[in-house]
Amino acid sequence: MQDEPLTVRRRDLLSLIGTMAGSAAMYHAMTALGFASESRYDGPIRLEGDPKGASVLILGAGLAGLTAALELRKAGYKVQVLEFNSRPGGRNWTLRGGDTFVELGGARQTCAFADGLYLNPGPWRIPYHHRALLDYCKRLGVALEPFIQLNHNAYLHASRAFGGAPQRIRAVKADFQGQISELLAKVASQGKLDEAVSKEDKEILLLALQSWGALDRDYRYDANLITSEYRGYAKPPGGGLSAMPQPSEPVGLSEILKSRLWRYLQNFANYNFQTTMFQPVGGMDMIGKAFAREVGDLIRYNAKVTEIWQNDRGVTVTYVDAQKPAAQPQKMTADWCLCTIPLSILSQLPINVGAAMKAAIDAVPYAGSVKIGLQFKRRFWEEDDAIYGGISYTDLPIRQIAYPNSGFNRSGRGILLGAYLFEGANSFEFTAMPPDERVARAVEFGAAIHPQYKSEFETGIAVGWHRVPFTLGCSGEWSEDARKQHYRNLCEIDGRILLAGEHASALPAWQEGAILSSLDAIGRLHDRVIKT
Amino acid sequence: MMWRTTLSVRQAAGVLLAALSMQLIWPALGADDAPPVKSRTFSSGYRFVEMSGEELYVNVCRGCHMVDAMGASGAGSYPSLVTNRNLEASGYAIDLVLNGRRAMPPFGEMMSDDQIAAVVNYLRTHFGNSYQDAVTARDVKAARR
Repeated sequence: MQDEPLTVRRRDLLSLIGTMAGSAAMYHAMTALGFASESRYDGPIRLEGDPKGASVLILGAGLAGLTAALELRKAGYKVQVLEFNSRPGGRNWTLRGGDTFVELGGARQTCAFADGLYLNPGPWRIPYHHRALLDYCKRLGVALEPFIQLNHNAYLHASRAFGGAPQRIRAVKADFQGQISELLAKVASQGKLDEAVSKEDKEILLLALQSWGALDRDYRYDANLITSEYRGYAKPPGGGLSAMPQPSEPVGLSEILKSRLWRYLQNFANYNFQTTMFQPVGGMDMIGKAFAREVGDLIRYNAKVTEIWQNDRGVTVTYVDAQKPAAQPQKMTADWCLCTIPLSILSQLPINVGAAMKAAIDAVPYAGSVKIGLQFKRRFWEEDDAIYGGISYTDLPIRQIAYPNSGFNRSGRGILLGAYLFEGANSFEFTAMPPDERVARAVEFGAAIHPQYKSEFETGIAVGWHRVPFTLGCSGEWSEDARKQHYRNLCEIDGRILLAGEHASALPAWQEGAILSSLDAIGRLHDRVIKT
Repeated sequence: MMWRTTLSVRQAAGVLLAALSMQLIWPALGADDAPPVKSRTFSSGYRFVEMSGEELYVNVCRGCHMVDAMGASGAGSYPSLVTNRNLEASGYAIDLVLNGRRAMPPFGEMMSDDQIAAVVNYLRTHFGNSYQDAVTARDVKAARR
């Protein structure tokens, strides 16, 4: 008889639970045992118990504030929301033809995009594991479509590699993988890995390298129809008399290494950017608008908060009309305050919280980021270059060119994201320019990758996040030290005030972080209210 | 490595057309507000390559403190640096640029000691400030702790 296991094996336990209790119980058991944890979100929040008329004043109608407004009202709270902008959503924002944007410093841009074309200046993609955001999209009826992060036919570009000619992602990926596979196979065949792998494993390794790296039967990565099936052909297969394909010429190991184009491949492997990703149909602000259909009646727009004051009975918030700052300040009171104002702004406001929370509020600088939308007379990237959606990466100061993920194969105008900068020197340099120069530079640099820019460009709009009046920056930029020292203090309830937003999450700059932070905050607030 | 670019006349014309169609308005067009047709330096990595105090101000600080150093105000504010008494204590200015404060990002990892000294000296001798005690890269190094 075989050894009887001393403990129940996990798989046996799970199949037992599955049989006895059904798939939902099985799922929760799996999660508890450390499997299948795709998200920290485990379904709609349940705020059970009567808040007995308690009131909550929410500051900010971004996704954190809107989530709280929706859930707290549903749970029986009296809810009011103050919002600086004249629209819901905060950084959940889309610019379309006719929209005006006045940045700090006074430069005014009126978006001249054609009907149906838009730029998402803030968030623009949703990972499949952002389950809280996806659930709200489902519950609020926001239609989604795929966001294409990896398009094998988009470009990787380095100014000093391949004579400055952009390379197809397909070819770079195949050549990098293939050349490394050939190298490793050579070393393994020469017995140089014998200390690291067993004889049996070595044979499997060689098979794997052959398959993964597109190596021939001699374990070489060469110009042939095997490699061309991955990197593309000199002449692709056709029909009739001229049907036969001709192989393309791979790039050598040294050249592919020195090109440094491999460094962009992480943009497709990283957990945050793995396919499938999504975007709302018609623009990211469809999410903010959908929330506002539910809770818009609770929001007072154009309200610029100037002071937050609490005592042991409640919270009083002073605000002025953001359009008429000279007008009489107004006051609003509630039992509790959920403040989602970005720390770049909150750190400047008078607020009587304890020293620990105040120090945390002051500890987080805000990242620079720039997005530039460019409208062209035709979708030349599709018509000429066969690039349908996705992103090209470059070492030029524009860093990325992103192609529209909808409206494929249509004739007529289209929009490119002509630059996307996040942190780093270029984000500051582009922010420091007047908006029309940002657009002009994006056109100038982008023409090195798509020469069609020169004849097809029509109009553009540029948003530098340090100049955005409602955030003064893109997102909270936590250092490791600051997070260790201050993060918990930022999230704890201070008297009758608590904070939420992407800055109060471990997912900075993601909408999911704003929502998870809000759900965590209102869950703790509700516990406090029910118990007192 | 750095990028230095100059927009061509033809591109500049495109900029002007774009400007017209976008109804760009410049309420505070100052003498040193670079018109689009001008050579400009771009950094290639995380760190800045600009070396002079003036170029660092124009390419970095101006993003928030604006062309005339008057700052700006929205839901929160960027302070004016014009005749700013806080700049009198050079150590304070160095510390702010190095370590940041509230909305102000830290530049300690993006600028060298020389660059930080240059931009601090530039601010302390422009925009109505005329503090003559120049700081040195050594002062910045000491402040890095």
